[in-house]
Amino acid sequence: MVQAKNVKIGDIVVIALCTLLILVCLLPILNILARSLSSSEALIRNEVTLIPKDLNFNAYKMILEDAKYTWSLTWTAILTVICVCLSLFMTIICAYPLTYKKLKGRKIISTFIVFTMYFSAGTIPMYLLLGDLNMLNKPIVLIVPYSLNVFYMIIMRSFLQQIPESLRESAEIDGAGPIRTLFSIYLPLSTPVIATLCLFYAVGRWNGFSDALMYMNDRFYYPIQLLLYNIIRSISDIEITTQEGFSPPGLTESLKAATIMFATIPILIIYPGLQKYFITGVTLGAIKE
Amino acid sequence: MKSTGLLTVPSKKRKFSDYMHRYGTLYLLLALPVIYFIIFKYIPMTYIQIAFKKYNIFKTPWEMPFADKNGFEYFIKAFANRDFLYALRNTLMLNLLDLIIGFPAPILLAILLNELKIRWFKRFTQTVAYMPHFLSWVIIAGLALQLLAPTTGLVNIVLNNLGFESVPFLNKSENWVMTYIFLGIWQSIGWNTIIYLAAISGINPELYEAAELDGAGRIRKIIHVTLPSIRPTIIILLILSLGRILGSEFDRPYALTNPLVLDVSNVIATFVYTYGIRGLQFALTTAVGLFQSVVCVIFLLSANYISKKFGESGII
Repeated sequence: MVQAKNVKIGDIVVIALCTLLILVCLLPILNILARSLSSSEALIRNEVTLIPKDLNFNAYKMILEDAKYTWSLTWTAILTVICVCLSLFMTIICAYPLTYKKLKGRKIISTFIVFTMYFSAGTIPMYLLLGDLNMLNKPIVLIVPYSLNVFYMIIMRSFLQQIPESLRESAEIDGAGPIRTLFSIYLPLSTPVIATLCLFYAVGRWNGFSDALMYMNDRFYYPIQLLLYNIIRSISDIEITTQEGFSPPGLTESLKAATIMFATIPILIIYPGLQKYFITGVTLGAIKE
Repeated sequence: MKSTGLLTVPSKKRKFSDYMHRYGTLYLLLALPVIYFIIFKYIPMTYIQIAFKKYNIFKTPWEMPFADKNGFEYFIKAFANRDFLYALRNTLMLNLLDLIIGFPAPILLAILLNELKIRWFKRFTQTVAYMPHFLSWVIIAGLALQLLAPTTGLVNIVLNNLGFESVPFLNKSENWVMTYIFLGIWQSIGWNTIIYLAAISGINPELYEAAELDGAGRIRKIIHVTLPSIRPTIIILLILSLGRILGSEFDRPYALTNPLVLDVSNVIATFVYTYGIRGLQFALTTAVGLFQSVVCVIFLLSANYISKKFGESGII
């Protein structure tokens, strides 16, 4: 009797804690969404919490009419597609050969690659190298230097290694070379890991801003996050001065919220559908070599 | 192909050409990634010598003359630099707090999620908890600035309505540190449960049944079955975290900082950015970067060594 009651209380506590977690994760986004849809007057009067006041789409309209935002969003989307394609290509051609156990030099090449995960030259040597390669301030600097991620390569390799070798051998008996085996057997079986890495690389590029901050001076090529950073920063510095008596223009408030929503929505739409894939991906990354 | 290899005794040359015939393409595939690693990971390592040299924009690192004090001039200068010492202290402080508060958090959440028996609710909780991981630090900073603003932020409005005074979460040093740590947990707690949940799902159900027969309740099952079973996972992730104790993220402090809290928000990565890329002091900042990389490797190897010494699995 006591046991049964204990179990029930325990279940309620678990559910309550999980609900709290859900609220803590969702409320900030809902608040920003409400702000982006509210009128500037309501925002200034601090009336907006989770439900938009004086519902309107002015902020979104202004963003869509402003060439600076639309171009930055388009450019970041183009950049993301190019980066994902290049990175996936590099990851596959790096991971696939390393799954051949008979390949001579496999261990040495693996060590050569994994070493870079534990020891890196640092920010400034990379910056100077990119300067010497004449890549600074050119769009290529946002694409090539970080196109291959060792950790993601290991995830890819772990996944490919799980495919039974008998499949490869039977293809080889049919006379298929490594490339044909890759296309006819490995890639068709690799949808989960390819989807996962697509997501990881895409999120990395879409969310990244430090490389642009350091290597890109040309505002035309600023990715959305850097543009967003500058907007948030310039407004937040105003906010700090408001403590000394200035008042912030209300529309910039809802504009800022709308910009945040624009940069967030693409990812929020994509990731839940890929959940079962990226869970496999993350778990694979934890497998020890 | 195979049958001829079995019938005739192949010469060494023949063996090699057979081998290249079968595997040559693989080396061709590997060529591009290897070139990538040489150019973008190994050639920068040759630039590390700048840390020991007098920087000159017109010369290659090999041609630059050595710096004073046997080449250690810039290391000495770094440790005499107030900003760097602050950055070093802040890096250690923020990472230690992340480790103490942030490391156990996903373990507790994974155990909590595992106790959740309603399947759809568990799945929903997981999906929502993964979401912050997909937000960039710029966006999180934007959210935080709006939600935590002293007068207009939702959190302070709620606090005011409950009769408390407003808290300047981001504009006072001590508060900023705790906000930084909390936002870090907020962003990563859900995501980091994935590995622990995978480890928990691998536990043999018979262990729980046996514990139940012994009369163990929910809490005792967690302590005596769940936790010991995921200990290897915990240890490996702990080693990796210890290896990062002097490593520093750039995006998180850079996005969250503001002029009022620079005394606690300036970490090594932001120091290198301001002094190196903005301030063009390349030798000094390369020295700082090298110091950081070496300390990171030492920490990682020591944690790995200690863990093996205690009979746990290591990572290397």
